[in-house]
Amino acid sequence: MPSHEQIFEDKIEREVRIEPKDWMPEDYRKLLIRQMSQHAHSEIVGMLPEGNWITRAPSLRRKATLIAKVQDEAGHGLYLYSATETLGITREETIDQLLSGKAKYSSIFNYPTLTWADIGAIGWLVDGAAIMNQVPLCRASFGPYARAMIRICKEESFHQRQGFEILLTLSRGSEAQKHMCQDAIDRWWWPAVMMFGPADESSPHSQKSMQWKIKRFSNDELRQKFIDVCAEQVKVLGMKLPDSKLQWNEETQHYDFGEINWEEFWNVVNGNGPCNKERLAARKKAHEDGAWVREAAAAYAAKKNHSSEIR
Amino acid sequence: MLSAYLIQLADNALILGHRNSEWTGHGPVLEQDIALSNIALDLIGQSRNLYQLAASRMNTLSPEKEPVTEDDLAYLREAPDFKNVVLLEQPNGDWAKTILRQFYFSRFQLLQFRDLLNSKDADLAAIAEKSIKEIRYHVKWSSEWVCRLGDGTTESHTRMLNALEELNPLVAELFTTTDYELAAATGGWGTDPASLQPDWLQAVNATLQTATLPLYRDEKKPALLLSGKNGFHSEHLGFILAEMQFLQRAYPGCDW
Amino acid sequence: MEKISSENWPLWEVFIRTRQGLDHKHAGSLHAADAQMALENARDVYTRRNEGISIWVVESKYIHASSPEEAASFFDPANDKVYRYPTFYQLPDELKNI
Repeated sequence: MPSHEQIFEDKIEREVRIEPKDWMPEDYRKLLIRQMSQHAHSEIVGMLPEGNWITRAPSLRRKATLIAKVQDEAGHGLYLYSATETLGITREETIDQLLSGKAKYSSIFNYPTLTWADIGAIGWLVDGAAIMNQVPLCRASFGPYARAMIRICKEESFHQRQGFEILLTLSRGSEAQKHMCQDAIDRWWWPAVMMFGPADESSPHSQKSMQWKIKRFSNDELRQKFIDVCAEQVKVLGMKLPDSKLQWNEETQHYDFGEINWEEFWNVVNGNGPCNKERLAARKKAHEDGAWVREAAAAYAAKKNHSSEIR
Repeated sequence: MLSAYLIQLADNALILGHRNSEWTGHGPVLEQDIALSNIALDLIGQSRNLYQLAASRMNTLSPEKEPVTEDDLAYLREAPDFKNVVLLEQPNGDWAKTILRQFYFSRFQLLQFRDLLNSKDADLAAIAEKSIKEIRYHVKWSSEWVCRLGDGTTESHTRMLNALEELNPLVAELFTTTDYELAAATGGWGTDPASLQPDWLQAVNATLQTATLPLYRDEKKPALLLSGKNGFHSEHLGFILAEMQFLQRAYPGCDW
Repeated sequence: MEKISSENWPLWEVFIRTRQGLDHKHAGSLHAADAQMALENARDVYTRRNEGISIWVVESKYIHASSPEEAASFFDPANDKVYRYPTFYQLPDELKNI
């Protein structure tokens, strides 16, 4: 009889999805928990930089779409936390890891949103990069992850469009608006490029993740694809990407691009970004302020259950 | 008078929607963050429909003037021009205060919009019909939360008592009739809020009783000199508008 | 009641009927303190874009699942019951409407 490992590897090989109750190597489970919960945390922390513009959105239409977008992110976090729970870790444990600083989330959300154009730039570049990352994850080998990603990708498509629409409107507006637009692109471009993670040679988890068909493309492959797409899209805005080395290469059929500042990347990852402390503090506050609410609802439910049993 | 009446309805929805949206990203649990954001979206949607209707009525009345848009009404009026009740501009406070404010208002809005279903103004009646489904849900959701918090833990009960103490003095304004509401009621397109008070009181107290909370007592005299409906607001509204209107004010005449 | 469980709401599974005439299908899960809240959360989380007209929720702990280890003894025996399919029966071509 084939061993558990053989059955598992065979399923991966044949593109058969792994489901929660199936046997899986402990490292696979750990890697998934790590990647999925990071992903969930990113959605939740990602609500903050955009959320702080909800009250300042410049029109009712923009206000409504921004609320809907940030609310979607809460939903996406929820889908991903739920999918992670199928691996035998509760949401509370996962959230504790975030709040204690043990778990990471996407570094991009440690950058500040300074102007309204940042909301556009986040939609276009950050969601654009996220979609690039997420679409292949719809085929991830772990069933619940893949299913959550399918749902997320379906919903996410409006996010990038609303972002680009904001920038497009600004790019056709007054001088001040155009300036706002270019400035936001300048500030968000490199952090967005870094969203794909460290270069392949310094990304140990990435290899394992690809071997198990959680990830399908390497960090650098996805990054290149993203740069190629954006370099064209920015022309529609009549704006520039802040990279003097950005140039089409006939030979590779890709855009060449400048040096990535990995020092900045690791600095932000390790907690020294512009807003790391504020983001975590905001999540902690929401969690702690909410404790009595969660307790009250649980106590009330317990009372009602009890009284219906007596009846 | 009709536009004043419509704007009053719209301002209520916008200001409460705005306040609720401040919770987005900061709710006590993910699922409830999403729930309150949904209610914020419903309310902002209602305000847009009402502002659009008000704008179109205003534009018909004064064809010689530059046409007004929903955003002009939301973003370019000063605090004294806003007609929302003072209750809704109150800071969110804790979850108990937010819930109680929502509950009080949704209970009121349900009765108000039920009457508006019969408005002589067909467009307003149509907006009421669309909105009332949302409002019914807001009533259900907030009533359940009032019960959970009132009859939950000692702490949640105490927090609800605090919320009652803070918000109860602001309730009477809901039922104080202004000139434009009276005109709207007489004209058959609106409703006199004073007439809604008995039903409101009964419904609200039924829930408060289930929630083991003290009943709302009708204080005949509004304990409050402020009258948001007449533009006499608390200081909170100025800050809401400073934030909300900042881009439109800082960069006049731009498209966004 | 210990502190931890007093603030943790149970997990619920959500099933949604997307259109009249279709089955309820598993959509995902969420946390809620009681059934009413679970239904409302499910509405807000899983039907924001008109994905449903009816929702079932059930606390996850009440779902019993077959075990993958027993899958062979559980499901394989159905493999050779070909007589359960209409194509098993040989009938002349001229027979119509059967």
